Amino acid sequence: MPNRSSGPRVGLFVTCLADMFRPSVAFATVKLLEQAGCQVEVPERQTCCGQPAFNSGDRKTTADIARQTIDAFDGYEYVVGPSGSCIGMLHYYPEVFDPSDRYYQRALELKNRSFEITSFLFDVIGMDSLQEQLKQLQFNHKVTYHDSCSGLRQLGIKQQPRELLAQVEGVELEEMEEAETCCGFGGTFCVKYPEISNRMVSNKTDYISNTGAHTVLGGDLGCLLNMAGKLKREGKTIEARHIVEVLAGMTDIPAIGEADYDLAQQL
Amino acid sequence: MQINTPFFKQRAHDALHDANLQKALGNLKAGFPEKRAIAVSRMPEFEELRNQGRDLKNHIMEHLDLYLEQFEAKVIENGGHVHWARTTDDANQIILDICKQVDAKTVTKGKSMVTEEIGLNDFLEANGIQPVETDLGEYILQLRHDHPSHIIAPAIHLNLEDVSEAFHANHHRPKSMDPAVLMQEAREVLREKFVAADVGITGANFCVAESGSTIIVTNEGNGDLTQTLPKTHIVVTSIEKVVPTLEDMTLFLRLLARSATGQEFSVYNTLSTGPRREGDQDGPENFHVVLVDNGRSEMVGTEFQDMLRCIRCSACMNHCPVYGAVGGHSYGWVYPGPMGSVLTPQMIGIEKGGMLPNASTFCGKCESVCPVKIPLPKLMRHWREDEFEKHLQPKAARYGLAGWAFLAKRPALYKPYTRMASWLMKTWAGKNGRIKKLPLAGGWTDWRDMPAPQGKTFMQAWKEQQKAGEQP
Ligand code: SF4
Repeated sequence: MPNRSSGPRVGLFVTCLADMFRPSVAFATVKLLEQAGCQVEVPERQTCCGQPAFNSGDRKTTADIARQTIDAFDGYEYVVGPSGSCIGMLHYYPEVFDPSDRYYQRALELKNRSFEITSFLFDVIGMDSLQEQLKQLQFNHKVTYHDSCSGLRQLGIKQQPRELLAQVEGVELEEMEEAETCCGFGGTFCVKYPEISNRMVSNKTDYISNTGAHTVLGGDLGCLLNMAGKLKREGKTIEARHIVEVLAGMTDIPAIGEADYDLAQQL
Repeated sequence: MQINTPFFKQRAHDALHDANLQKALGNLKAGFPEKRAIAVSRMPEFEELRNQGRDLKNHIMEHLDLYLEQFEAKVIENGGHVHWARTTDDANQIILDICKQVDAKTVTKGKSMVTEEIGLNDFLEANGIQPVETDLGEYILQLRHDHPSHIIAPAIHLNLEDVSEAFHANHHRPKSMDPAVLMQEAREVLREKFVAADVGITGANFCVAESGSTIIVTNEGNGDLTQTLPKTHIVVTSIEKVVPTLEDMTLFLRLLARSATGQEFSVYNTLSTGPRREGDQDGPENFHVVLVDNGRSEMVGTEFQDMLRCIRCSACMNHCPVYGAVGGHSYGWVYPGPMGSVLTPQMIGIEKGGMLPNASTFCGKCESVCPVKIPLPKLMRHWREDEFEKHLQPKAARYGLAGWAFLAKRPALYKPYTRMASWLMKTWAGKNGRIKKLPLAGGWTDWRDMPAPQGKTFMQAWKEQQKAGEQP
């Protein structure tokens, strides 16, 4: 259903992991944005933010992808995505170009209008316009929240998801020890140094279990796939979800790594 | 020191399976990071201090030649000597020559990472001079023919049992597991060495240009005996340690103690300003400063200049989840942790040191605690760029990246490809919602399940939904 509201035009940055692994996270993001009065569009020419190239030292590919993304999101008032890591990568684009490059200014300008979803809702839209919708939700579980590294340390996302969650009826937030410590995903790190990554994610699942939470929530699918995959391998029943699923009232969808689920049924 | 950096992965594997080491590393977290957090919380202006520290160091690096020359002139004015060592070999030779001039048989040493960097102990021994480490941690390591695994707590990888055994084997006294007894034992043994030494070698935390002073910061007091009892004191340090004034130095002392150990101030802050003057109670007759370059001046003016701000506080490694998992020896050379992952490739070459800047998730914790705000992840990324340009990364990684890049730059191809990949993985997973073993993804599925995709890609599902919405 196309949205005809008169609010800001927002380009959705889908992110590769939401695109491939968990489209419901992107749908939940759209729903939240529309509820907040935005007109949401999904630019066709987006692929990945370019982080794999950036972190592998491939400057040329990074710049190519940055240009493609800057072009794809030209003209939107805001660019919003369900990941601190990918939006954080968009914020690195100015570093990719020489200040004399004509894309440099455009990169700066994209940086200023791109937001991770919880930060967009809380910092840009504001609680006043959201409270009513959020108050109607219910999620009767103890949850714990993992702070993903880029969101936390690059974008300063800490209280935003917590403030939003606090509005949802039934949510009991129990903070885990070392919530701010990396889960060991790190993009290609987890396959380049699997044993170290495994130690880091094992520490993380211990901290998660110690809270007695029913669900671990987070804002980045990379970390969530990593933590969910480890929890499953350890035979633990703790569920893992992206926070937007709770905020959009889409928790009837099986949690990450849970039983088979056919996307088509829901749409 | 032998370079084992290329074996990082194997060493990390061994470290992860070493129960004793893991126990020792467990103590690290409870120690430094928590103490630092308390110290920082007690100082509201800490953030402002970090900015000042960063800016001052940047200023120094812009005028490094100027401050070094001023420092040299002052040392000479005070009656001391300054030696410039471009390479590690130069540094060792200079130190040996000084030792020979005074006919030295034994030298005592305060804790110094620069002397580890230049491999001084092995060099002196090979030339018939016996170095004796006097920092307790370093002393234990010397008895065990071991090397530091941490820049301020060199023996952090050891447990009490290891220390007790090393003392028993070397001191020929009854074995004890009482730390107080062991400490006393070390004191007694070392006291003789202090008195007998011909030369005392220390490092320096800072060199003060306006006064020609060097300072060492310790918590044991061994450094004071090392530098005041022998007739000759040699300070071995590196060029980026220079600061303009004594007041500037105090800014860094405040940052250093809090960042390192969570102390407001270290126990001993000892300044050395030239040799003993007439009427002085103590001090050496000869005072030498050896200023080591070893690749540092090449960093000035490059993207790695930021690294020269480092004040060797160790906060980055204390907070690093990779260091915390595998310990300092896994890094395979002198400097471990995030600061080592930036410095090591500079000093031994990216060809040998390339493993280190790759062994990071870029979680950014190190940068967030660094007292002089060094952008460590960014600098590690610069090394990866260097590697990429020199085609040093493993073939599989390079081809994988190239294949991915080809698709990511072509949205029209990317979409069908991702659709197919999602569908394949979902089909592979069957009804389970997750995959236990995925070909080519062993790095993932050896250790954790792979949650299955939901089926369609979002781009596909969105398009279908939009189409359906347009129909009347
Ligand atoms: S890089 Fe920063 S945190 Fe690490 S030792 Fe140097 S000054 Fe300390």
